[in-house]
Amino acid sequence: MSTQAALNFPATDAVAITARPEWLDGFWLIAPTLLIVIGMMVVPLVGIIVVSFWTQTGFNIEATWTLDNYRVLFTPEGALYRILIVKSLWMSLTATIAVVLLAYPMAYFMAFRIERAKLIWIILLTVPFWTSYLLRIFAWKVILGFNGVINSGLKAVGLIDKPLEFLLYNPTSVTITLAHAWAAYAVLPIYVSLEKIDRSYLEAATDLGDSKWKRFWRITFPLSLPGTIAAILLVFIPTVGDYITPTLVGGTSGIMIGNSIVTQFGKASNAPLGAALSCIMMLAITLAVCAFLAAIGRKRLKAADL
Amino acid sequence: METIRKHLNLLSLFAVLYLAFLYVPVLLLPLFSFNDNIYVTLPFKGFTLKWYANLLANSSLQSALWASVKVGIGVAILSTFLGLLAARAMTRYRLPFRRSIYALIMLPLVIPYMVIGVSTLVILRRGLDMDLSLWTVGASHVLITVPLSMLVLMARMEGFDRSLEEASRDLGDTAWRSFRRVTLPLVMPGIVSSLLLCFITSFDEYLLAFFLAGSDSTLPIFIFSSLRFPSKIPDVLALGSLILMVSIVLVVFAEWLRRRGVSGSDSSVI
Repeated sequence: MSTQAALNFPATDAVAITARPEWLDGFWLIAPTLLIVIGMMVVPLVGIIVVSFWTQTGFNIEATWTLDNYRVLFTPEGALYRILIVKSLWMSLTATIAVVLLAYPMAYFMAFRIERAKLIWIILLTVPFWTSYLLRIFAWKVILGFNGVINSGLKAVGLIDKPLEFLLYNPTSVTITLAHAWAAYAVLPIYVSLEKIDRSYLEAATDLGDSKWKRFWRITFPLSLPGTIAAILLVFIPTVGDYITPTLVGGTSGIMIGNSIVTQFGKASNAPLGAALSCIMMLAITLAVCAFLAAIGRKRLKAADL
Repeated sequence: METIRKHLNLLSLFAVLYLAFLYVPVLLLPLFSFNDNIYVTLPFKGFTLKWYANLLANSSLQSALWASVKVGIGVAILSTFLGLLAARAMTRYRLPFRRSIYALIMLPLVIPYMVIGVSTLVILRRGLDMDLSLWTVGASHVLITVPLSMLVLMARMEGFDRSLEEASRDLGDTAWRSFRRVTLPLVMPGIVSSLLLCFITSFDEYLLAFFLAGSDSTLPIFIFSSLRFPSKIPDVLALGSLILMVSIVLVVFAEWLRRRGVSGSDSSVI
């Protein structure tokens, strides 16, 4: 009976209950992967949290416990980091909104307008996304740069005499570049959500007299929310800590918190402060995501009340 | 009727423009890789293949390329093997704490690489005093590709009829034999696309390699450092264009293989 008891836990798969503790076999199958995830992720994350409370003296890290690395953020010298964190969140948020707003109609088009060649559209969408991330970012430097395609093109046509300098090396160029680089991450989840919608709901809404727009806002959009939320998180979370894009197209005004973390581990050689900044970045992302999910959850509850 | 047609046209127009937005920057690179000008700027000066010829002579580029290929192949095989075992455990067994295990394995997908990179660096250097090399890069790449592999293979394993395996067992096959003769052939397209996905992810990954490669150099590290020197950029564009062509062939092949026979369900897209 003890094996019966051991099997008595919630599971999603309908598996025939056998007398042997079958889950143990499954556990051995997944154990190597779990070990890697624990060894390569959980242990390092705990490590970096610990280091963020240590002290840097000269070239050595000392295991002297301190809150200084966090305290510096609330001092006048820490203003740079405060600004960078807020700016990184803001730039990622702008890029995410741009990505999702552009991706949604595309996903809608693929889900509802394309009948047969869906696979071709998916491949068309993913091919540019599989080319080197570095070179995709660099391409925007080629487009927006001082002697880039836009400037040299406009000059060749005779529309401008001097290159337009406002195109590159600012937060806007970072946002545009991010919006391009992460497009596929947004289109695909939204597309999957839209594709799953039972078409008879839409027919029912039309039959009951909903206009196209009303039908979209009352049925299509709410049902596509899981994919849209996934898209927002898939783009927002990694872009906050991006390093390549701000470095290549951001200039001095477009740097993000990632650049500052790299500096602490490199030139500034202050690993504890870098560790603290990493922890704060993770915390900021987590808080932003939780706030977002809470806001969505409350709205959904309200919708359910109606 | 007129408004519906207009609506459809607007949306189609948007889709075409959107694809153009995605493709134009990417296609500029191969275009400039044939331009006979050391600076990447308009107007085009003339057609040349010399940047491609340069690739053959650039030994540091070749060693970086070779390093990335080695790491990519190793990571692809290991991650797909682990992903196969894990996906089987997730789809065929009642695991205790199934949801927590799943969430834990997926976690690397939602942690910024920056954080994974610096924390692994701290543990390896300060904690274990290990030397950084392509091995440490590979280990971190396994961490970020295992969840991808598991996702792809779980989608594939959930897609076929479990009774096929049971039939094979009932007909007297051992567990291993039925896995090899029934499960493996059915899962094979998933395995191939997982191998490609893991390889491409590792091959293209810069940030973790930047932190963990030590004095070794992978291709993205080489490309990133080259981008600072205008004289090296045309070579990089030629290389990038070659990689683009190879990726297109590989991706189209992988997508075709993965979708063939997944019963038309698109839920496995991601």
